[in-house]
Amino acid sequence: MCDINAEKTYIADECDVVVVGAGHAGCEAALASARLGFKTVVFAINLDSIAMMPCNPSIGGSSKGHLVREIDALGGEMGKNIDKTYLQIKMLNTSKGPAVYSLRAQADKNRYKEEMKRVMEETPNLKIKQAEVTKVLAENGAVTGVVTSSGAVYKAKAVILSTGTYLKARCLFGETIIQSGPNGLKAASELSQSLMDLGIKLYRFKTGTPARIDKKTVDFSKMTPQYGDEKIVPFSFEDKAEDIARPQVECYLTYTNNQTHEIIRNNLHRSPLYAGVIEGTGPRYCPSIEDKVVRFSDKERHQIFVEPEGENTNELYVQGMSSSLPEEVQIALYRTVPGLENCEFMRTAYAIEYDCIDATQLKLSLEFKNIKGLFGAGQFNGTSGYEEAAAQGLIAGINAARMLQGKEPVILHRSDAYIGVLIDDIVTKGSKEPYRMMTSRAEYRLLLRQDNADERLTPIGHEVGLISDERYQRFLKKQELIAAEKERINSVTIGLRPEIQEFLERHHSTPLKSGARLSELLKRPELNYDILAEIDTTRPDIDSEAAHEAAIQIKYEGYIKQQYNQVKEFKKLENRLLPEDIDYNDVKGLRLEAVQKLNDIRPLNIGHAFRIAGVSPADISVLMIYLEQIKRASKTEGEE
Amino acid sequence: MKTAFLDDIIAAVSTPMGSGGIGIIRISGKGSIDIADKIFKSVSGVKLKDKPTHTITYGNIIDKNGNTVDEVLVSIMKGPASYTKEDVVEINCHGGTAAVKKVMETVTLAGARTAEPGEFTKRAFLNGRIDLSQAEAVIDIINSKTELSMKNAVNQLSGALSEKVKEIRSGLIDAVSTIEAAIDYPEHDIEEETYASLNKTVNQALNSVQKLIDTADMGKMVRDGVNMVILGKPNVGKSSLLNFLLKEERAIVTDVPGTTRDTVEEYFNIAGIPVRITDTAGVRDTDDVVEKIGVERSVQRAENADIILLMLDLSRVLDDDDKKLIDFIKNKKHIVLLNKTDLDQKAEENEINSLLESKNILRVSVKEQKGTEELLKLLEEILTSGTVEAGDGVMVSNVRHKNSLEKAAQALEKALNTIEIRMPEDFVSMDISQAIDFLGEITGESLQEDIINRIFEKFCLGK
Repeated sequence: MCDINAEKTYIADECDVVVVGAGHAGCEAALASARLGFKTVVFAINLDSIAMMPCNPSIGGSSKGHLVREIDALGGEMGKNIDKTYLQIKMLNTSKGPAVYSLRAQADKNRYKEEMKRVMEETPNLKIKQAEVTKVLAENGAVTGVVTSSGAVYKAKAVILSTGTYLKARCLFGETIIQSGPNGLKAASELSQSLMDLGIKLYRFKTGTPARIDKKTVDFSKMTPQYGDEKIVPFSFEDKAEDIARPQVECYLTYTNNQTHEIIRNNLHRSPLYAGVIEGTGPRYCPSIEDKVVRFSDKERHQIFVEPEGENTNELYVQGMSSSLPEEVQIALYRTVPGLENCEFMRTAYAIEYDCIDATQLKLSLEFKNIKGLFGAGQFNGTSGYEEAAAQGLIAGINAARMLQGKEPVILHRSDAYIGVLIDDIVTKGSKEPYRMMTSRAEYRLLLRQDNADERLTPIGHEVGLISDERYQRFLKKQELIAAEKERINSVTIGLRPEIQEFLERHHSTPLKSGARLSELLKRPELNYDILAEIDTTRPDIDSEAAHEAAIQIKYEGYIKQQYNQVKEFKKLENRLLPEDIDYNDVKGLRLEAVQKLNDIRPLNIGHAFRIAGVSPADISVLMIYLEQIKRASKTEGEE
Repeated sequence: MKTAFLDDIIAAVSTPMGSGGIGIIRISGKGSIDIADKIFKSVSGVKLKDKPTHTITYGNIIDKNGNTVDEVLVSIMKGPASYTKEDVVEINCHGGTAAVKKVMETVTLAGARTAEPGEFTKRAFLNGRIDLSQAEAVIDIINSKTELSMKNAVNQLSGALSEKVKEIRSGLIDAVSTIEAAIDYPEHDIEEETYASLNKTVNQALNSVQKLIDTADMGKMVRDGVNMVILGKPNVGKSSLLNFLLKEERAIVTDVPGTTRDTVEEYFNIAGIPVRITDTAGVRDTDDVVEKIGVERSVQRAENADIILLMLDLSRVLDDDDKKLIDFIKNKKHIVLLNKTDLDQKAEENEINSLLESKNILRVSVKEQKGTEELLKLLEEILTSGTVEAGDGVMVSNVRHKNSLEKAAQALEKALNTIEIRMPEDFVSMDISQAIDFLGEITGESLQEDIINRIFEKFCLGK
C-alpha cells in the first residue's frame, strides 16, 4: 500500500513486533511480546516519557485496582512496578463486600517511570527507540512494518498501536492553544493520515488535567491529612507486604467554596469548551472544575485532594481541579481554596484533544478486523486511565505473540476478568466518550474479586508463557492451602460453652442453641474470619492471603454459587461460536438492522451477538437455526 | 438485559384458550418430568419418573398449599423420542380458561419458564427433530409470532405499562446508583443509602411490581375473556339472570331451592369483550352433600372471578347468608342486583346500603325484565371504561412481561432479605440490579449504562 522507495527511507531493522508508543499500554505490550521470545521494538516520541503518568499520580482505585491485580496474575508488569514505587497504599471499600475491595496507591511518578524503563531495558529481545512513527505499512490486508519521521523502516509481522493522547494532539486553556502532546511533549501529527489511508476511522476525544503547584507555597495546616493503610497489601501476588513496606507519604483534603465557583462562573465564556473551541468528546469521569460547577450548581463545595507527585519533587497534583480556563483565571480560582491561598503554579492545567479509534473496528483479540497483524491498545482505543491502558496493552502484546506462534488468541470472557468486561464492552458497543472501568460494569463481580485474580488468571498466564513454572508451582500450593483451610472451617465444630456465648454476645451475635460449625458462624454478617480467631483455637498458622481467601469463599458461598449459575447460563451462549466468515446478508430471516450490526461487529459467538444493541431475541433464534443448518449441511457433505 | 436460554424447562398451553373440552399444557426440557412430579399426584401413587416413556397417568395437579387444582391425565415422552427430542410432559386438564390458566400457573411456579413464540418448534429443529428443508418455515414461525407479540408489546409499551415499569425501575436505579457511586468513588462525600431507606425503596418497588403482577390476570381477561360469576342464595333468580343474559334456556329454572347443583359456564359478548359467565349453585349452609360440593365450588369460582354479580332477593328478609355474601364481595369487583322488585318487598334496602357502600347496586326484576337494560348498560360501562383494570389503569397482558415481573419480584424479595440480615450494601446492590435487569426486559433498557448514566447525573465525581 505504501511504496517505501518513493521516499528517502532506509531499512533499519526487521523484527517481529513493533509497538508504537511506550505509555502504560505500550510498556505492557512490548514486555509481553519480548518475554514471549519475539524480537520487539518499542517507540516513544521521547524516552523520558516511558511509562509517564501525565495526569494523576496514582495507580488502582475502585475496579482499576482489580485490573492491576489481573494484569499481575497474567504476568504483566504494572503491579510489580507500583509496589516498587508507591508513596502510599490503601485498600478501599473495606466496609463493603469483598467484591469491591480495591487497592489504590499513590505513585512516585519519576521513580515509576525510571523503574519501568529499567525493566524494559533489561528485557531480552526488546529494543527501545526514541522516534516518531509516521506511517504504518501494510500489504494485502496485512501489516508489514512502520516508518519513522527519519525515514527508518522497521519491518514487522505485527504492529501494536498504543499512541495514547499523542495523535494530532493539541492542548488548550483559555484562548491558548498549543499543538503538543501531554506535558509539553511533541504531538504525533502524521500517523493519523497514514491510519486513515489504511481505512481506519478516527474519532476525536478530549480529556484534561489539573495544575501542579509548589509544595513550599501550600499551607497544609488548613487541610485534612489522608493516610495510607498501616497493614498494606501489595498489588503483585509475587510481593510480600513486609518486603515492600516503607514509610508512607500523606495526601491532603480541602474544598472549593462559593468564591471559587463565582470566579468560574464569571469566566466561563473564556473556557474553550464552553466557547465551542473544543470539538472532542470528554469523559464524564474526569470533569473539569468548571463542568462540576455548571452541572452541579447547587453544590456548595467540591472536594480537592492534594497529592504528592513524588518524593524528590515539590510538585503537587491538585485532584478535582482539572480546568481549561485561562491561566490567570486558574491561578485566581486555585487561590480561593483553603491552604492554597499563596500557591504557586508549576504547571498549568489544560485540556487535551487527540485522535483515537472506535474500538468496534477491532476483534476481541484487539487485532483490527480488516488489517491482519495490526493491534490497538489503550487510550488509542477510546479508553481512559493507566490501568485500562495497561490491561489492553498486555492482551494486545500476548495476542500479537500468539498470532506469530500460530496459536488462538487469548480472549477473556466477561465472567473471567474485568479485562474481559473492558475489552468486550469497547469492542462490542464502542464508546462515545473515553471509557473508564467501573465495578458496576462487571455483572459477575462477586466472582471477579481482586483477591482471587490469581485463581482466575494465573493458569492462563502460565499457559501463555508469562508466568514461570516456579511461580505457577507457588500458585498451586496456595490453592491447596485454600482448599485445606476451607475444609477445616467447614468441619470444625464450636461447642455450646459459656465463653462462646459470651463471645457471641460481645459481638452482637445470637447465642448458640446447640453446637455449630465454624463455617456457620463465619457466614453471620456480624462476624468474620479475624473476629473468629479468638474462638477458633485449632487455626493453623498459614499464609494470611490464602486463609482469607478461604474465608471469603465460605462466607459468601450462597451468593457466589448464584453467580456461578448465572455464568453457566452465560457460557452456554458464549460457547456457540459463529464462523468468522459469515455474510449476514445470506442469513435469511434476520432483520435489516441486525444484518448491518452483525456484519459490522462480527461477533465471535451467539452470546457476543446478543450483547450488540439492535440484535433481538428473534434474530438470535434465527442465528441459532442458521448455525444448525450449516452444521448439518457440512455433516451431509462429510457423509458423501 | 436480553435472555435466551437454550435448554432450560419451558412450558406453554398448546390448545387454544377458552375453547375445547380439554386443555393441554406442554412442558419440555431436561428435568421436565421432575417438575411434573412436584405438582402431580397420581391416583395409583406412582411417580412419573418411574413410569416408562410414552405412558399416560391419571391423577391430580396439586398446588404448593396441597390444594387440588384440577383432575388431569399426564403423558410423558422421554427424549429423544419426543417432539423436541427433550423430555416432554403433556398435562391434559379440563378445558376452559380458568382451569388451564391455573394448571399453567402451577407449572411455572414449580420452575418452568413460559415458552417464547415458536420455541418448541425451534428446539425441535435445533435438536435435529425437524428436517433441514423445514428450517425456513421454522424461522417464519418465529418471526411471524414474534412480530405479532412484538406488535402487542409495542402497543402495550407505548402506554401506561411502560411508564409504570420505568417509574419503578427508575426508583431502583436511583438506589443502586447511590451505592455504586460510593463504591466507585469511595473518597467522595456521597450521602450513602441507609438500610432503612433501602428497605423502604425496595418495599415500595416490590409492592408496585406485585400490583402489576396482580393485573396480569386482568390483562389476560381482555384477551381470554372476562370471568364473571353470578352469586347468591338459592332461588334468588340466578339462573333466570343467566338465561336472560344468554337469551336461551340453559339452566334449569325451578322454584325449588338448590336446583342448580353444579356450576354452569357459558359465553356471551358485551361490547365485543368476551364474557365467560358462571352460574353457581346457591350459597347457603346446607347439609345436602351433593349440594355442598356445589356451594364450595361456587364460592371458589367467585374467589377467582373478575366480576361478581351478587343477587339478593328483595322479597325475603335479609339473612346471615346474604350478609356473608355481601361481606365476601365487598372488596371485589361487583354489581349487586336487588331482584324481584315485582314482588312485595321484605328486605330493608337501607340495611343493604349500610352494609355495602357501592355505586353498583341495581333494582331489577329479571322475571319482568325490569332494570335489565340498565344492568347491561352498567356492565358495558364497567368492562369498557376500564374500571375492571386494576393498579392505576395499568394492565399486564403479555405472559413474558408477567414472567419478567415475577422474576423481578423474586429478586426484590431477596434484596429485602439481604437488607434484613445486614449484608454489605454491594450485595443489596447486586440483588436490586437483578430486579432492574428483569424490569428492563419489559422496557428494553440496559442495566449497566442506565446505572452509570445515573451515577454521573446524580453525583459530581471524578478527579
